[in-house]
Amino acid sequence: MAGHAEDTDIIIVRNVNKWYGDFHALKNVSLTVKRKEVVVIIGPSGSGKSTFIRTINRLEEHQSGEIIVDGIPLTHDVRNIEAIRMETGMVFQQFNLFPHLTVLQNITLAPIHVRKMKKKDAEERAMQLLERVGIPEQAHKYPGQLSGGQQQRVAIARALAMQPKIMLFDEPTSALDPEMIREVLEVMEELAESGMTMVVVTHEMGFAKGVADRIVFMDGGEIVEIGTPEHFFTDPQHDRTKLFLQQILK
Amino acid sequence: MTTEIRSTTWVNTDHPAPAQKPPVTEVGVIGWLRANLFSSVGNTILTLVTAVALYFIVTGLVRWVSGAFWQPVWENRKLFAVGLYPIAQMWQPAAVLLMVSALFGLSAGRWGSIMRNLGVGLAALLLLFAIIPIGAQAQLVMAAGLGLLLIGYIAGARVPIASRWLALAWVLSMPATFILLAGGLNLPALGVRWQFVPFVEVNLWGGLMLTMLLAVVGIALSFPIGVLLALGRRSKLPVIKWFCVGYIELIRGVPLITLLFMGMTMLPLFLPSGWGNPSLLVRAMTAITLFSAAYLAENVRGGLQAIPKGQYEAADALGLSAFDSLRFIILPQALTKVIPAIVGQFIGLFKDTSLASLVGLLELVAVGKAVIQQPEWLGTPGGIAREVYVFIAVVFFVFSYGMSFASRKLESKLGFGKRQ
Ligand SMILES: Nc1ncnc2c1ncn2[C@@H]1O[C@H](COP(=O)(O)OP(=O)(O)OP(=O)(O)O)[C@@H](O)[C@H]1O
Ligand SMILES: [Mg+2]
Repeated sequence: MAGHAEDTDIIIVRNVNKWYGDFHALKNVSLTVKRKEVVVIIGPSGSGKSTFIRTINRLEEHQSGEIIVDGIPLTHDVRNIEAIRMETGMVFQQFNLFPHLTVLQNITLAPIHVRKMKKKDAEERAMQLLERVGIPEQAHKYPGQLSGGQQQRVAIARALAMQPKIMLFDEPTSALDPEMIREVLEVMEELAESGMTMVVVTHEMGFAKGVADRIVFMDGGEIVEIGTPEHFFTDPQHDRTKLFLQQILK
Repeated sequence: MTTEIRSTTWVNTDHPAPAQKPPVTEVGVIGWLRANLFSSVGNTILTLVTAVALYFIVTGLVRWVSGAFWQPVWENRKLFAVGLYPIAQMWQPAAVLLMVSALFGLSAGRWGSIMRNLGVGLAALLLLFAIIPIGAQAQLVMAAGLGLLLIGYIAGARVPIASRWLALAWVLSMPATFILLAGGLNLPALGVRWQFVPFVEVNLWGGLMLTMLLAVVGIALSFPIGVLLALGRRSKLPVIKWFCVGYIELIRGVPLITLLFMGMTMLPLFLPSGWGNPSLLVRAMTAITLFSAAYLAENVRGGLQAIPKGQYEAADALGLSAFDSLRFIILPQALTKVIPAIVGQFIGLFKDTSLASLVGLLELVAVGKAVIQQPEWLGTPGGIAREVYVFIAVVFFVFSYGMSFASRKLESKLGFGKRQ
């Protein structure tokens, strides 16, 4: 059974615990994500959403439990960590573009030095990606010269340039003005349609409703409820979930 | 379109409106003067006081400079330039000058920006000394240097030399300079003794040439050491961390002059036996480099601390190795942030090379002292110390200012297209 599961399940998280000092930030969290699935994680502030997706690519270390990404077990072995990071792209709330590099250099850096692509090929691909996220004309500007929405789209292109199998998003639109949220969500919707596996932490309920295959609700470092958008928006079970949805959909 | 905003609903049908030029308030010389010098009673008084002070300073200076006794400086120009370096072998420093000029030319043509500014500065100096009658041969060398600089510039702009080769050429120019000046390679530690002309012992090197060597070697070696120390100070390995902290704090706790004296007396104690007796020059260079590296490490640490955590995380998430993340993401940003501090420190190092005069090296200040002692000028009323030290101060100033100017250029160039 396990062998079969490994084929369709691209992320497997089993009984993961994480502490910051004495603070128990993730409590026995388990979740599997299938290939091409879009999983949206919601929950109140401080519930451990960021901590959870950051353990998947080892930006945070978990202390117990098991994480397997595309068949690679996440251990202390640097080779495994680097292999997993090559399979997973990540988009941050604060964009985290490299301010001293142009947009094009931001996108080509990792393909050239990690994937060992030729500079010319990497640049060609970068231009295609910029085309895809709708800002090819910004290639030679520095991040500081772009709007927030444009920066976030560059960040998405930068992650995609590594040809990842999984994309992790941690509140990608939370630092954006309303006008720019739309343009970023559109890129993400297009990405989901193209069959990318995505794990998205977001407060954008419209996106969750329209794009997610499954929604995960977290509270107090635990997963409280998992279900389809339909389940969540018509028939939530746990009281905590109901309360949260009431507040957020008001 | 005028805005009628008293009604409850209103639509600006002219939106979007074309942009207009900002209004011109102050024009012409009068406008500038009024805006900058006489904008208020207080500013007018300040302007007048400053003008009077400037008048006295400038007229006093002009009177002194024109009446001063410049003959000792002029007649000792060779001593100020290269110290006791033998006249018969002057072509060797000349070759170094030509090599450096050509490299500056190539770099200015290839890289532009600051290198071009520095190249222009060097060209101006070469031109100046090609015109001033300092001696036919020396002038010829200066002119040739200028020529090489220009040829290098054109070549660098036309031929797409790989940056890494040019950088390598700069690195190699350092040992090349030493071999050229020494007339060969004398490394008793390695059993190497090879010469293409009679050796010129380092105790004959001096003047501005020696000052430059001390400064350039100090800067070029202390920079990488300082960066490593700064990184080591943040290491997770306690041994490395405490070694770096200990080194930095120890060195910063003592004056350079004590390090120089210790270098003179104690350096052999730290070297493997058989490395013999390093020359005065090597000892001074070691002391200056080790001293500068500790301060540099602290500057670089400041830059490293200013890098947000998100930069490390983004690099990690992309799968960059720790080394690549450091090399491409962290260090370039950290160093850019502290350019003014680093250059300020290098200017300090350049001026501190004058302390080497106290341990017996014949650098610029030591030459000055020697000139003042020369018997010919003993009878001069008032002595010649003023002229000599003013001259030395001007020389230091020219190069220090050049560095400071380059630093400002570099800063604005590395502003990463910041919005104004
Ligand atoms: N580096 C850290 N050290 C100590 N505690 C931390 C650290 N990072 C997070 N925490 C704590 O862990 C808990 C979960 O944080 P996390 O950032 O995962 O929440 P979140 O669900 O992403 O919240 P938000 O919606 O505000 O981003 C919080 O209580 C937080 O204070
Ligand atoms: Mg968060």
